[in-house]
Amino acid sequence: MIALIQLVSTWTIPMLIAFIPLYASLRKIPVYESFIDGAKDGFQTAVSIIPHLVGMMTAISMFRASGAMEAIISVIRPLLEGFGVPSEVLPLALLRPITGAGSLAFVTDLIKEYGPDSFVARVASTIQGSTDTTFYVLTVYFGAVGIRNSRYALKVGLISDLIGFFAAVFACWLLFSLV
Amino acid sequence: MVNWIWMGMIVVSVIVGAVNGKLEKVAEAAFGGAQTGVTVSLGLISILVFWMGLMRIAEDAGLIQKLSKLMAPIVRRLFPDVPRDHPAMGYILSNMSANLLGLGNAATPMGIKAMQELQTLNPNPTVATPAMCTLLALNTASITIVPTTMIAIRMNFGSVHPAEIVAPTLLATIISTGAAIIVDRWYRHKAGKPPKMPMLDPSLPYSKPAASKPLAPPGGG
Repeated sequence: MIALIQLVSTWTIPMLIAFIPLYASLRKIPVYESFIDGAKDGFQTAVSIIPHLVGMMTAISMFRASGAMEAIISVIRPLLEGFGVPSEVLPLALLRPITGAGSLAFVTDLIKEYGPDSFVARVASTIQGSTDTTFYVLTVYFGAVGIRNSRYALKVGLISDLIGFFAAVFACWLLFSLV
Repeated sequence: MVNWIWMGMIVVSVIVGAVNGKLEKVAEAAFGGAQTGVTVSLGLISILVFWMGLMRIAEDAGLIQKLSKLMAPIVRRLFPDVPRDHPAMGYILSNMSANLLGLGNAATPMGIKAMQELQTLNPNPTVATPAMCTLLALNTASITIVPTTMIAIRMNFGSVHPAEIVAPTLLATIISTGAAIIVDRWYRHKAGKPPKMPMLDPSLPYSKPAASKPLAPPGGG
C-alpha cells in the first residue's frame, strides 16, 4: 500500500509532463507555441502575488518574533495533540478560507521554519493544496452574476473547509507516519 | 476580514514585542519577512511559467473536453435540475475538469460562464439556486490532482521529495469534496424551495410580514 502511494506520488508528474506534449503533437497542435502562450500567464500570476506575499510574510514574521505566536500555540496545543494535529498549523485553518496568498505565505513560513520534509510542513502543504479560498470563490462566482443572497453556500463551503483541514492531517498521518 | 487580521497581527506583535522586550527583533522581522516574500515569489516564477505553459498545451489539445466527457455521468447526477443539453452543463464540466488539472486560471472563467448560464435558469436573479450552490461547493472544495504551487515552494526550500505531497493531497481533496457534496445535499434538502417574495403576489398588493414584534414601550426596562 505504502509502496503504491509512493509510486503514485513519484510518477504522476513525470507522466503528465511527457504525456501532454506527446498527445498534443499527435493531434497536430503547435506544442511549443501553445506552451509559450500559457507560460506568459504563469509569469503574470507569479508577479501578481508578490505584494500579497510581502504583506503577509511581514506580518507573520513580526508575529513570530514578538513571541505572540508561541503564546497562542502553547494555549491551543493540549487541545489538538489528542487528535494528532500539529498545533503550528492551526492558524492555517483560520487563514485558508479567507486569503489564498495569505495562507500561502503562512505555509511558506512553516516550511522555512521547520524544513520542507518535516511533518508540520507536509501537513501545511497538504491543507494549502487540497482546499480553496472559500470567501474569494464565493465573491468572484456569485459577484459575477449579481447574486446577493447566497443562501446556504457559505456554510457548505466553511463546513467542508473544516472537514478538509482534518482530512489533510489524517491523510499525512496515514501516509507519512507509517513509512 | 483580512484587513482586520492583518492589522491585528501587526499591532499585537508590536504590543507583545514591547512587553517581552523584543521590539528590535520585531522590526528586524518585518524587513526579513518582506524579503522572504519577494524571494519566494521570484522562486515561484519558474515552476508557474512551466506548469501553466504545459497546461495550455493540454487545453489546446482538447484534453479538457476529453475529461469532461468522462465526467458527464457523475456531473449529471450532481446537477439533477439542469437540463442535460443546456449550455450550463458544458461549462460546469469544463470548470470541474480544469480544477482537476490544477488549472486555476482557466477554471475560474469557465466557472463564471457556468454561473451565467445557470442564472438563465434562475427565477429570482439575486438569490442563488440549488445548482449554483452545488457548483460553488465543488469549487471551494477544489478537487486537485497536481498541487503545483506547493510542489514549487517545497522545491525552493530544498525538499528531498517535493512531489511527495501529491498522494496525501489527493486523499484529502477526495474527502473534502465528498464532504462538500454531502453537506450541500443536506442543506438543499433542508432548505427546500427558495423563498418566494410576497410582493410579487398580485393579490396581496400591500402585504407585510405577518407577525412583526410590537415595539417595546419607551422608557421600559
